[in-house]
Amino acid sequence: MVGIRSYGTYIPRYRLIRKKIFNAMGWLNPATVALSRGEKAIAGSDEDSLTMAVSAGINCMEEIKEGDLEGVYFGSTTMPFKERQNAGLIAAALGMNENVRSADFSGSLRSGTSALISAFEAVASGGVNNMLACVSDCRLGKMGSPQEMNFGDAAAAFLVGDQDVIAEYKGAFSITEDFGDHIRGMNSKFDRQWEDRWIRDLGYEKLIPKAVEGLLKKYQMQINDFSKVIYSCHYIPERKKLNAKLGMDPGKVQDIMLDKVGDMGSAQSLMMLAAALEEAKAGDKIMVVSFGSGCDALYFEVTDKINQLKKKKGVSWHLANGIELDKYAKYLAWRYIIPIDKGLRSEEDLTTRWSSMARSNKAIMGFFGSRCVKCGTPQFPPQRICVNPSCGAIDEMEPYRFSDKEAKIASFTGDNLAASMNPPQIYGNILFKGGGKVMMDFTDCDVASLSVGMPVSFSFRIKYFDERRDITRYFWKAVPVMEEK
Amino acid sequence: MATGIKDKVAILGMGCARFGERWEVSAQDLMIEAFVDCIKDAGIEKKEIGAAWLGVYFDEVNVGKSAIPLAETLKLPFIPATRVENKCATATEAFRGACYAVASGAYDICLALGVEKLKDTGYGGLPAGVADGQLEVLVGPNRTAPGGFAQLATPYEAKYGVPMEKLKKAMAHVSWKSHQNGSKNPRAHLRSTPTIEQILNAPMIAYPLGLFDCCGVSDGAAAAIITTPEIAKSLKKNQDIIYVKALQVACSSGEEAMYTDWDGASVLSTTRAAVKAYEEAGIKNPREEISMMEVHDCFSITELVTMEDLQMSSRGGAVEDILNGFYDLDGTVPCQSDGGLKCFGHPIGASGIRMLYEVYNQLLGRWPKDRQVKDPKFGLTHNLGGIPNRNVVSIAILGK
Repeated sequence: MVGIRSYGTYIPRYRLIRKKIFNAMGWLNPATVALSRGEKAIAGSDEDSLTMAVSAGINCMEEIKEGDLEGVYFGSTTMPFKERQNAGLIAAALGMNENVRSADFSGSLRSGTSALISAFEAVASGGVNNMLACVSDCRLGKMGSPQEMNFGDAAAAFLVGDQDVIAEYKGAFSITEDFGDHIRGMNSKFDRQWEDRWIRDLGYEKLIPKAVEGLLKKYQMQINDFSKVIYSCHYIPERKKLNAKLGMDPGKVQDIMLDKVGDMGSAQSLMMLAAALEEAKAGDKIMVVSFGSGCDALYFEVTDKINQLKKKKGVSWHLANGIELDKYAKYLAWRYIIPIDKGLRSEEDLTTRWSSMARSNKAIMGFFGSRCVKCGTPQFPPQRICVNPSCGAIDEMEPYRFSDKEAKIASFTGDNLAASMNPPQIYGNILFKGGGKVMMDFTDCDVASLSVGMPVSFSFRIKYFDERRDITRYFWKAVPVMEEK
Repeated sequence: MATGIKDKVAILGMGCARFGERWEVSAQDLMIEAFVDCIKDAGIEKKEIGAAWLGVYFDEVNVGKSAIPLAETLKLPFIPATRVENKCATATEAFRGACYAVASGAYDICLALGVEKLKDTGYGGLPAGVADGQLEVLVGPNRTAPGGFAQLATPYEAKYGVPMEKLKKAMAHVSWKSHQNGSKNPRAHLRSTPTIEQILNAPMIAYPLGLFDCCGVSDGAAAAIITTPEIAKSLKKNQDIIYVKALQVACSSGEEAMYTDWDGASVLSTTRAAVKAYEEAGIKNPREEISMMEVHDCFSITELVTMEDLQMSSRGGAVEDILNGFYDLDGTVPCQSDGGLKCFGHPIGASGIRMLYEVYNQLLGRWPKDRQVKDPKFGLTHNLGGIPNRNVVSIAILGK
């Protein structure tokens, strides 16, 4: 039986109240008042689609050891690199072995479901035993645009396998149509869209029913056989129309989280699937329909293994644990929509040296240090001569991963002098349970809430954006563990 | 069997430029200012200098690499000249090179000169850049000097249970005292006298360090001419001779940065270097025997912790000593009688020799009454380059 073994989600911490956008930009496009309800999730200054995908991936890794993963597919329309495989960076960040399959799926908002279908088919073919499918998007609209109001950032990940399956993959039905509702060219930073009415009437209203009916026909099913139906479509009135047209009980249609997260692009339908799985019971049948240059419709049946799946920080946890972004201008700065003055200090050139980066790839991407086989001391960055003064063994090291270890704050500061996208730059020394000490950047916190001894976890983040060369550099940051809501 | 540097070399002369935001002068001008002062004090001719050492940290915004800028600027006649760099210990390293060269018997007279032109960056604080290697750029925190040294404060608060409010008061006293001392010194960069309240209420630079917890970023230069005790006595008849009693350097081993057995409320390199320096100088009880100190007060918390690392205050006892005025100019062991890095200023490559310049002149009793330490016997200088968990420390002790 091939299907989903586990799922993970990630919604970034910051939520932008849409009224703040309207208050700033409504003068330009008063019609956006209709869209200025609720809030949208936005990636932090040190996040992008790739870091969010890694966070979602980690969120579903309790069910498997990183060394046992056989591949990773990444679906997104906002990958940081055109050349340099993005899925390969995810594999490195998750600490996967080198002999794994990897591929990027992009070009449409179906890229997530297409990556997931391909993962199911790779396992079904017997080529691999498991595969991780990550989906993430972080799309941009111009200031004052409807897209700016709608788009939200989120990521989901699914561990696909043929054992311990919590939701069996029964099959899919796909439509490919060059329907250009939203188009971004090779060099476009911002989304462009055609008239809403056209997208609605000839896009969603034609293609969604076509996909649903195609799937039902292919698997000889009725719409009422499904306990949950998930489909992408951020036009709220249109959803009512579609529900009625297809004979769907609105109570069985999964919420799209538009007021809480936003239009999540490639991640939309799969975030909804993750939310549905959080509440699913054995025997539930779930239909997932994505939309973008056509449709993918997928059919799942939940198994009794779902009862054994460990509780995790799912969609509901993430929805409850966001914090309000105080200023709209921060969003504009963090996404490089408007230029900001970080001071002359920020202009010193910290060029990216690729060969140097490649040499330390496991340390940087996977947060691997070394552990002395002789005395057991973990150390970062990886050392050849043991740092323990009473040991000093030479070349008796094994790789040791720090990112998944328990740790606490040993010292900290909030630095207002450092050139930062989100000052003050917060950093300090971290002590690891089991040994090891690293001085590193913190994220998703404020100085006033920190204290020595506070526990931290680790998150894969943007370390530095080399603007002159358009290269995003990554490393891990310590995330102080706050009280949960 | 090595016997150390004690009494093997003497200081023949010293000089120091006026420190500050010297927009009008170049690094070369600063070198000349310190050198002219120094050679006049030594009472020798330039041709008598056998070898020279130049200390410069930021070559990129300064004079460039090598010791050629020193030789060309001073027109030193084809003598061996060497540039040294060891973070904030740079100047003391130049001094050490000159001392060891004389002590070895290779030369009779040597020059050590440190210079730094920091104010050509266009922004406050030290110049940014790749100071700790490429891997540190990729994985190290996006940090500055105040943020690095602020890391001492939160562990100190946690380890000794000192409320941050009280720790901040002791830190403020450290800076207040240095401003008082600096205000009396015509060569010092910062000569204002802020109140404790002004210091406490200053804008935050890197929690918990406010503006007045940070030292001046200055241009400056300082120089020393070293010779043998015999030559010194022959040239300075019937005058006090100042001898080098100890010269120690300790570099971090990685323990502090990577190994858990270090609490972060002290600096291991200072602790280790101090033990060796006292042994070299034959000092048994530093709190009783050291008359005055010029320590690396790049930040107020650094000076506070250094008092403990140098065994002047007991562990956890610096806060009380500082608040009791133990280190004030009229206290038991005056610290930073010239204003320190805090107010005299901190041109990195010059600072160590500037400290020695102050101790040298104090030992000779050359200062006006209002800033002369009474009858000093031993003076200690201390530099700390890097950050608390990864650094180089130099300690020098001078005496008559």
